[in-house]
Amino acid sequence: MCPMLGIMASSISGSKISTSSYDSIATTTLSTATASVTFSSIPATYTHLQLRFIARSSRTATQGYIVTRFNGDSGTNYSMHTVEGDGATASSNAYSTVSYGSLYEISAASSTASIFGAGVVDILDYANTNKYKTLRASQGDDKNGSGRVYLTSGLWQNTAAITSIVFTEYNGFNFEQYSSFALYGIKG
Amino acid sequence: MAAGSTYTPLATNTLGSAAASLTFSSIAGTYTDLVLVMSARTDNTGAAATYCIRYNSDSSAIYSLTALEGNGTAATSERYTAVSYAESGRLNTSSSSNTTPNLSIVNIMNYANTTTYKTALTRSSASNETYAVYAEVTLWRSTAAISSLLIYPTSGNFVAGSIFTLYGIAAA
Repeated sequence: MCPMLGIMASSISGSKISTSSYDSIATTTLSTATASVTFSSIPATYTHLQLRFIARSSRTATQGYIVTRFNGDSGTNYSMHTVEGDGATASSNAYSTVSYGSLYEISAASSTASIFGAGVVDILDYANTNKYKTLRASQGDDKNGSGRVYLTSGLWQNTAAITSIVFTEYNGFNFEQYSSFALYGIKG
Repeated sequence: MAAGSTYTPLATNTLGSAAASLTFSSIAGTYTDLVLVMSARTDNTGAAATYCIRYNSDSSAIYSLTALEGNGTAATSERYTAVSYAESGRLNTSSSSNTTPNLSIVNIMNYANTTTYKTALTRSSASNETYAVYAEVTLWRSTAAISSLLIYPTSGNFVAGSIFTLYGIAAA
C-alpha cells in the first residue's frame, strides 16, 4: 500500500524563493463584449514579456481566432510558424508577410457556453532596439470533442522596442464577457 | 502601471518514498493562474506511462483534452472526450534505459474564476518512451474554483525523489 501524500498549499510559509523577477504589469477582464484589448505604455524595464489569456469570440461558429499586433503596426511585417494538433492529425503551418504576430484558435459563440481558449505567449527581448522581435506560444482550445492545441513561433520584423500590444479577433468579432488578458514582465 | 511581483511558490513536495498520488489542497483563490512544475517518474515496468490530474477530487466524466506529441519520428495528435481525469502528460518508467524523470509544466488558467470552465495548457517531456515531447490542452467543464489538485500516475507509483511545485500567478 503506497501512501497518498497531501500538502496544503495555503499553509506554506517561509523558505520561499525570490519572486522579484516576475511582475504583473496589467490585467484586463472584460465585463462586456469588446472588440479589442490594448496594453499600452509598456515600460522597457524588463527583459522579456509574458502574455496570459483566456478568450472567447462572439463569432457565430464553434471557433474564432485571436491575433496580436505590436506598437499599432498592422503592416505585413510579421511571420509565424505553428505545429498543431486537432485531436486526429498533427500538422505544421507557416504564415509569412502577414499583418499579425500570432493567430490562435479560441472558442466562439456556437460552442458550449463557458468554454474559453487559453494561451501563454513569451515575447523575448522586447525592448532591445537592435533585434527583430521573436515570440513563442503555447495555446489551446479544447471543447470536449473538438478543438486544437498549438505551439507557435512568431517574428515581428522591426527593431523598435515594443511599447504596446493589441489583441483583436481575427474576423472583426468581439471578445466575449469574462475574456481575460494579463501582461507580465520578466527581469533579466 | 506595474502591480508588483508575483509567480509565488505555494507549495513543494519532494517524495521521500514511492507514492500512489499527491494532493495540493486548500489552494487559495487569490491568484489568477496556477503553474504546476513537476519532475517525476513512475515505478511501472511498462514502456510508457502517463499521469493525470483531477480538480477538487472530481472523478466525474467532465474532462476532455487535445494533445500533440512527437517521438522523434512522427508527430501525432489525439483526443479524449468525456473522461474522468485530465491526462496531463507523460512519464518515464522503470523500464527506461536510464532513470531520468520527465518534466512537465502545467498552466491552469483562471483557476479561481467561477464563471468559466477551466482550461489548462501542458508542456511535457519523457526522455525515453514512446512520446518524447508533448503539448496538450485540457478542459474541465466546471465553473467551480479549483481548490485542490490530485496528481497520480495511471500505473504504478511516483518514485521517491519525484518533485512537485505549485506556483500562483496574480493579476494586476
